[in-house]
Amino acid sequence: MKRLILALALAIGLPLAAHAAAFNQVQTDKSAIAFTYQQMGVKMDGKFRKFAAKLSFDPAKPTDASAAIDVDLASVDTGAAEGDQEVAGKPWFNTKAFPTAQFVSTGVKPLGGNRYDVTGKLTIKGKTQDIVVPATFTAQGNSGVFDGTFTLRRGDFSIGEGAWAKFDIVANDIQIKFRITAIAGK
Amino acid sequence: MTARYTSTAKTLHWLMAVLLFGMLALGFYMHDLPLSPQKLQLYSWHKWAGVTAFLLVLARLGWRVTHIPPALPASMPRLMQLAAHAGHFALYVLMIAIPLSGWLMSSAKGFQTVWFGVLPIPDLLDKNKELGDLLALVHMGLNLLFVAVIAGHIGAALKHHFIDKDDILTRMLPKH
Repeated sequence: MKRLILALALAIGLPLAAHAAAFNQVQTDKSAIAFTYQQMGVKMDGKFRKFAAKLSFDPAKPTDASAAIDVDLASVDTGAAEGDQEVAGKPWFNTKAFPTAQFVSTGVKPLGGNRYDVTGKLTIKGKTQDIVVPATFTAQGNSGVFDGTFTLRRGDFSIGEGAWAKFDIVANDIQIKFRITAIAGK
Repeated sequence: MTARYTSTAKTLHWLMAVLLFGMLALGFYMHDLPLSPQKLQLYSWHKWAGVTAFLLVLARLGWRVTHIPPALPASMPRLMQLAAHAGHFALYVLMIAIPLSGWLMSSAKGFQTVWFGVLPIPDLLDKNKELGDLLALVHMGLNLLFVAVIAGHIGAALKHHFIDKDDILTRMLPKH
């Protein structure tokens, strides 16, 4: 009888526990997407105020994880109103025609410890590229925090055309830094 | 005391005159340009020149306090002598305050100054939009005042030369 109860408890409890460990409810207020770049040797930074993220990550089964992030490009904050306006315009993001930047994961590779390589497709301004994003995962009680940084070349996505196309003023490499916080849902 | 300026003093005076006129013209020209790569480039050049001018004025102040400049002509009325000293004092104060206000503005606006694109100048303030906008006004106001004081400086020099017919202007020229 005791064994049966134990078996039942395990049968009921384990799937629940496994479910509870999947982090899938993104907390946007505790998440951030920022960027840094060089402008004539000066390190500049900015961020995006609005984005939507969906993810599901179970530390026990990391290869099953998935993530999809939509960034509202018009919510860019360069630190100056003039800059925000310019970057939303046609030569840069052209937010009227391409309002969002999208990342959709295609696979997750554990690298040991809390480090992972997330592969996926990044689409900006109608151009899609396969990218690899190194990320770390840190569980803090019921919530999990994903941190990562990767570099994209703005030239690959035609971000900054015409007079901006040369990289002598605004560098080609843009570092994207993100933090996504998700709580374990049911 | 000697009645002549040292050649170092003259060189610093004219070097800064050229640099400051260039920076004033550039500053008034660039500030309402639409955002473009050229604008960003001009801003960087203006800031590099500003750091250079700031260092030059420090060197100049150092020279000034260790080398007493020639006295004003005894024929000048006491009040005019006072005005001349006040004018020069104002020029020095502004030559210090203007680059400082530009440096503070750059910091507050989140655009660090990297001298000639190589040497980062530490930010004195954290990024703060309201403070940045306020400092832009301060920088502008100080420069308008500077233009007025420079106009007085040039006007006074010309008056000395053409009306008083003394050596105030010529003694700042080379080979004098």
